Amino acid sequence: MNKVSILKTIRFAGILFFMVSVFIFIFVVSYSQFNITEEVIREAVTEDHHLEAILPLTGDITGQTYESRRTLIADLTRIFEKADEGLSNNEKMWSYTQGVYRMNIMKKSVTGFLPGNELLFLYQTIIAGCIAALMFILPGYWLRRPGIDNDGVYHRSVSNRGWIGITLGLMLVAFYVFIYWYPEYIVNWIILVDPLSRALSGNPASQWFLYGVLYTLAILVMGVRMFIRYRHSNYHLVRTGSVMFFQLGFAFLLPEILVALNQPYYDFKDLWPLNYDFFYGWQIDQFLQSGSLGMFMLISGIGLSLVGVPVLTYFYGKRWYCSWVCGCGGLAETLGDPFRHLSDKTLKAWKAERWIVHGVLVLVVVMTAATLVNYFSNYQLLGGLTQQLQQWYGFFIGAAFAGVIGVGFYPWMGSRVWCRFGCPLAAYIGLVQRFKSRFRITTNGGQCISCGNCSTYCEMGIDVRWYAQRGQNIIRSSCVGCGICASVCPRGVLRLENGPEEGRFNEPAAFDLSEDKVKVNF
Amino acid sequence: MHIVIIGNGVTGITAARFLRKGSSHKITVVSSESEHFFSRTALMYIYMGHMKFEHTKPYEDFFWEKNKIDLVFDHADRIDSDSKSVHLRSGKVLNWDKLIIVTGSKPNKFGWPGQDLDGVQGLYSKQDLELMEQNTAGIKKGVIVGGGLIGIEVAEMLHSRGIEVTMLVRESGYWNIVLPEEESALINAEIRDHHIDLRLDTELKEIRSGNDGRASAVVTSTGDVIDCQFVALTAGVSPNCDLAKASGLETGRGIQVNRYFETGTPDVYAAGDCAEFTEVPEGQMPVEQLWYTGRMQGEALARILLGDRKKYDRGIWYNSAKFFNVEYQTYGQVPPVLPEGYGSFVWQHPQKRVLFRVVYRTGDKGVTGFNVLGMRLRQAVCEKWIRDNESVTSALEHLGEAVFDPELFSMHENAIIAAWNEANTGNPVKLKKKRGLYGVFQFLNMQKA
Repeated sequence: MNKVSILKTIRFAGILFFMVSVFIFIFVVSYSQFNITEEVIREAVTEDHHLEAILPLTGDITGQTYESRRTLIADLTRIFEKADEGLSNNEKMWSYTQGVYRMNIMKKSVTGFLPGNELLFLYQTIIAGCIAALMFILPGYWLRRPGIDNDGVYHRSVSNRGWIGITLGLMLVAFYVFIYWYPEYIVNWIILVDPLSRALSGNPASQWFLYGVLYTLAILVMGVRMFIRYRHSNYHLVRTGSVMFFQLGFAFLLPEILVALNQPYYDFKDLWPLNYDFFYGWQIDQFLQSGSLGMFMLISGIGLSLVGVPVLTYFYGKRWYCSWVCGCGGLAETLGDPFRHLSDKTLKAWKAERWIVHGVLVLVVVMTAATLVNYFSNYQLLGGLTQQLQQWYGFFIGAAFAGVIGVGFYPWMGSRVWCRFGCPLAAYIGLVQRFKSRFRITTNGGQCISCGNCSTYCEMGIDVRWYAQRGQNIIRSSCVGCGICASVCPRGVLRLENGPEEGRFNEPAAFDLSEDKVKVNF
Repeated sequence: MHIVIIGNGVTGITAARFLRKGSSHKITVVSSESEHFFSRTALMYIYMGHMKFEHTKPYEDFFWEKNKIDLVFDHADRIDSDSKSVHLRSGKVLNWDKLIIVTGSKPNKFGWPGQDLDGVQGLYSKQDLELMEQNTAGIKKGVIVGGGLIGIEVAEMLHSRGIEVTMLVRESGYWNIVLPEEESALINAEIRDHHIDLRLDTELKEIRSGNDGRASAVVTSTGDVIDCQFVALTAGVSPNCDLAKASGLETGRGIQVNRYFETGTPDVYAAGDCAEFTEVPEGQMPVEQLWYTGRMQGEALARILLGDRKKYDRGIWYNSAKFFNVEYQTYGQVPPVLPEGYGSFVWQHPQKRVLFRVVYRTGDKGVTGFNVLGMRLRQAVCEKWIRDNESVTSALEHLGEAVFDPELFSMHENAIIAAWNEANTGNPVKLKKKRGLYGVFQFLNMQKA
């Protein structure tokens, strides 16, 4: 066998192993029995006054073995609701703590093949999946030559909205629905990452920890793919390294370490208004109760949002955040890269984008204002309204839009649906980029051949060619500066640049007829 | 006034757009190739799966109606210049006040035996691409005849589908009727790295047919017989004069026009690939067959029709291409063989496929042209240097202003200047540390004033 066929065999084996690990992953979550005992309940319910209220109500469930998660969840919910009825408002569990207890009870009562074999199954599913993915990705270093290679992108089912793509999308949507609204159904997956969570923060894993693990691994593994795919371009290597670093260090490890040190869980780069609960009462209280570090978090968060964002965007454009730092951007630039061309480039989509994304920005500002008024009036003013707004925003924008549609729709609408249509921080940074920044994509005179590669591969759906073929610089609020347009251009027409504001917006250039030379309106 | 444009390629569409911008004339564009304007240069990317046809359309379909440019998807068979009308295949007749013929090119065929067999074709039009899709479905081996820009595109297309390729090139190096030796050698290596069987100094003698009447092998001038299932004829293109000839217009190689795009027939104009200038300024060509020249001609013609009657002059030459993974840009005059009185300095990266060349007059040292491979230059800066007869040493000192490579790419300026200093005695050239936009602005503004 020659080298190429060996490499291709490894890739094929990678696909096979990946499918096997996905299969085991799904198998792991689908089988479970739950043995409810008093001991389990005592361990799971951590607050004594809650335990006191709950224990007397659990007579008919202790000693039972549940085959059906639905029945168990219904029973537990009924008991918790009843327990809450007897508690004062200050003592009540409310739905949040109820969820935590329910999850704890289910995790501790699982029987069958999983308890005792967590590490084995962690290895067979998530770790094996990563290794399998790398088996598929790494041979690309020898099979692909350095340079842009989009051969077959529109021929493959996965990247051309074929059945593989759609299946993948549906699986992602289902995953998000479980994570956000039905975490008890994926309790076995959470058990898998329990050892890791305990090692990092000392706490048991929640669905959010599971999500963080998978999210970070997706960025790291697909980041390796980016390194291979774009190894001819230092720009892509550095920005990919940057999102991998910020995801692993700032979004995943640091918050866990903070928790291990008894500090608030906090991601320093997750800025308001993307981080929409930054000003929520419980969050501010947590900052204020956490000494100088808490104060630093509060001040750095406000400072970055209100001063850092405009200043850095003035000098470097939106890209400093959206394609170098942000977690949503990080996922889009790695896991989302194979789907980037599926964004909608029509004028209609651009019009819709401007209404929707700025609408979300207005919404988050209104919600935050109400939250703050409520907070500083000691929960006397706007209490009901604030709660309503927070609930709606969290459900429709925070979960449904950012998660389900934002990532689940990668294989249908491209990798930046959330960033383009929904992210209020992107809208805010975009306004700065559009009106007060040194960043632009320069068009190289009359070199454009209107081929359309730039527009096709723009994940934000910008019709780059519209500007390039007129010899006009590209200045758009939505541009995240990923630099792919400049890379896929076969004629070297585009360059991302920071420069003086003067002449940033140039007139469409006429072409170089001798009486009317290229107008270089710098 | 009704202006009818026959052909919806870049020349016709650019003319239509500028006419619309500057007038309220009725404008009709007739094409039998496609309903809407698309970028011919992007056909290869459709085949390779980088894009779909819809992505090659530079304007959304609503654009034409919104800008009151009428599109007719039909074939023009004959022009009647007495009654000022054009007869379409559907039987419809369009009356015009001014007529623009922009019918483009046709692939060359030089009378090779077997050139009309099934499985043998050129690549120019959308229909050619569709035919190529059928002709190459499931095949193992293709032969390309001709080493030019289309030849290498077809090689890349077939390569992307895992089809073996043999490329017959008449010359001793790829495209060396245009590229100097070093550039041509670099591209030869790039082609061969992609496992293309590049055969230089080799011509096509005949194409043999199999039992099914399809091409089954080619015979080369060196006597080799190469079995294949597909033959691409890419030895250049010629002006498409079918309509002009059928209508009695004066044609030579192309439809003959003066520098105002006027044919011998009143109110009938021709431009783009299909036009042949009867008057050719020194250093220019009678037939220009590039995307860029087509676009410039379309704009120039529109201005003439709008009353700004000035001779067409394409200005300082530029062109670009991409040969597999190597980008190519050229500005000004870089002939493959230097005439008397010209000097040339070339630098190549020791490992990577990167090349920089500057050509200058040996007398006053003024630059006349640049070639770059695997490197990008800023057109505005290069043009300015060439137009202002900037000295080669000064251009090298300010090379940073001309570099258009992406941010964070390794800089080659120092290596280039070191090589220049090594090759040239006298005052060593020093790089002025002024890379970046600010320097470019200062430079261009200074020159403007």
